Amino acid sequence: MYRLTNVIKDYPKGRATVHALRGVTVEIADGEWLSIQGPTGHGKSTLLQLLGGLDRPTSGSLELDGRDLARLGEGPMTKVRASQIGFIFQTFNLIPTLSAQENVETALVPLGVKEPARKSRAAAALASVGLSDRARHLPSELSGGQQQRVAIARALVKEPKVVLADEPTGNLDEDTRGEIIGLLEQLWQANGLTMIMVTHDSTIARRAQRLGTMRNGQLTVKRSVN
Amino acid sequence: MFFTYLWRELRRRARQAIFIAAGLALGIGLVITVTAASAGVKNAQSSVLHSLYGVGTDITVTKAPTASGNGNGGFSFGFRQRIGTGSRPKAGSKIDNNTLSGDFTLASIKTASVTAVSKLANVAAVAGGLTLTDRTVTGTVPALNFNDGGNGGPGGSTSGGAGGGGARGGNPTSFGANFNTNSFTVNGVDIANGELGPLSTGKVSSGRTFTSADSARDVALVEASYATTNKLKVGAVIAVGNARQKATSFTVVGIVTEPAGDSPADVYLPLGVAQTLAGMKNEVNTIYVAATSGDKIATVAGAIKAAVPGVTITDQDTLASEVTGSISSAASLANNLGKWLAIAVLIAAFFLASLLTMSAVSRRVREFGTLKALGWKSRRIIGQVMGESIAIGIVGGVIGVGLGFAGAWAVGKFARPLSASLAAATTGNATPGGAQRFGGGTGGFGAFPGGGTGTGGSNPFRGAFRSAASAASSVTVHLSAPVTITAVVLAVVLAVLGGLIAGSFGGWRAARLRPAAALSKVA
Repeated sequence: MYRLTNVIKDYPKGRATVHALRGVTVEIADGEWLSIQGPTGHGKSTLLQLLGGLDRPTSGSLELDGRDLARLGEGPMTKVRASQIGFIFQTFNLIPTLSAQENVETALVPLGVKEPARKSRAAAALASVGLSDRARHLPSELSGGQQQRVAIARALVKEPKVVLADEPTGNLDEDTRGEIIGLLEQLWQANGLTMIMVTHDSTIARRAQRLGTMRNGQLTVKRSVN
Repeated sequence: MFFTYLWRELRRRARQAIFIAAGLALGIGLVITVTAASAGVKNAQSSVLHSLYGVGTDITVTKAPTASGNGNGGFSFGFRQRIGTGSRPKAGSKIDNNTLSGDFTLASIKTASVTAVSKLANVAAVAGGLTLTDRTVTGTVPALNFNDGGNGGPGGSTSGGAGGGGARGGNPTSFGANFNTNSFTVNGVDIANGELGPLSTGKVSSGRTFTSADSARDVALVEASYATTNKLKVGAVIAVGNARQKATSFTVVGIVTEPAGDSPADVYLPLGVAQTLAGMKNEVNTIYVAATSGDKIATVAGAIKAAVPGVTITDQDTLASEVTGSISSAASLANNLGKWLAIAVLIAAFFLASLLTMSAVSRRVREFGTLKALGWKSRRIIGQVMGESIAIGIVGGVIGVGLGFAGAWAVGKFARPLSASLAAATTGNATPGGAQRFGGGTGGFGAFPGGGTGTGGSNPFRGAFRSAASAASSVTVHLSAPVTITAVVLAVVLAVLGGLIAGSFGGWRAARLRPAAALSKVA
């Protein structure tokens, strides 16, 4: 469970200071799917990065299961990222030189999973996204939808508590978009994940349990009408 | 995963990897080639010095003659040259003198000094030696007008020749066909310590060498080329003079071949016999010293200077500094230009490798940001970057070793033979068979007008001016460039170092990457 209390994030941009988050307070329950919408440059991705332990707030507390990520050391923070959080990026962010299978395996490397187990778990994860037959393909040999499936398999292979998705369908066509969201929804339900998804797509956003809107660095959350 | 990722990454940027590896290879190849060439030059120098100096001898000790004297002995016709007096033999009287005297470029040293040196710490062996000249003058005293001559200069001093006086300069072998002169060099050899000294570089090509039984016998070894010129064989008898100008017959027991480039003595006699003949009992003019190890040579040299004041110490370093010719240029080239060129190329290669690695890391910001987001520690990412760089370095090292071997082979194959010369007049050091100062006395053929220094000429005075003969002593050696295991290890170390340096910069760049910043850069 996430508990954010008055989270502020400022960062310098030239001589000016950008106030990316201006006191975000929110609780996200385990197993919840929260979609976040809002105009570009209003702090959506910044919030997602703080939730994922990729960055630290300037002030405020950001707890995950009672541990304040804002005050966690680099080592423990890396461990949290490695074991509890799965990331899905808009641009897939696959390692171009590694095959689909190997890309999935990269998520298990920091956990110290031995090679045979790593391979079998990666293969299972790829199977769960329907890409068993593409395991040996390089990202460049896969379509956008397939690449995002590989990215989803990579996010889920370590069985995280939380999946953070930053516009996961932003680079996909309409058909593939529905397919990927359907897959994510299915996996969210099947694995009891906490899913926080940044999206510009209102249709997708409405499929979440709660809908958040970021505007001028402030988050307002309401229950989804669906 | 580490090796898979490493290999795939290198394959992806193969062109860049090859470029970096080629740069490193070039630098390392140059280092190996230069090291090998340098070692080759050193070997060549060593071989030259051995031939000029004597195997096993680390130090030679000599003493320069004092200003008032000309060392031991000098050149005379056996009568005092006093113009306008009646002490000169009458015209028409017969002269037949055979004199054995010390090399006038060397002062004598008491044999007690040899004993003193042998007792010094770190001295492995010591041998005394006597460099002598046998001169024979035969002929009839001419009727000459002695008033038209000034003070003549000394005999000239180059290989095998000597100037004569004045009008007849350059033809010293006869005085108006009335005198015939002949000379050869003689070395008194310390038989008990034969491993040192003038015979140490020679090989007996016929007959035998000296044995301890010969120490008081009238037996001689003759140098091969001298033997050939004078048609001497084992069993032949040669005449050697003494201090009283009388000849003694010696039986040739062996022919000795000295290495090319050496300026060997013509005749070798047992030291004791030579001392007696030359009237130099208990005297030597060279001491040959072997130190217990190479690193003790300087210590021993210092101790000798303290124990025997006034002597000149010559070791291989001193001698090496006097070597001129293409070998010297090659050494200078290898040590200066070659070394700095290799270092410059290596630094450039390291710099280039570092720059390209950092540039590669910059292009992989998203990749590393993603890996950090996945929970990869910075250490692991740095390790990955360094691993890639080290792999490139190793490939560069392997190619570089190959290039180095090829370069060394090319040096050996195509390098022109090196020549080495020792400048005779540049030093006061007197080394038997090596660089000796020509310090000929004044006076001499005052009977001839305008007597001066002669040059050139052919053989007759070769022996008499042996030290000068070394001026023209030039050794030609083939340059080989041996690649040592040390050089190969050095290359591997340099290659890994190059990789480490490049990887460190890349890793440092990657470690500084904040995952959020990395990801936002490409978002």
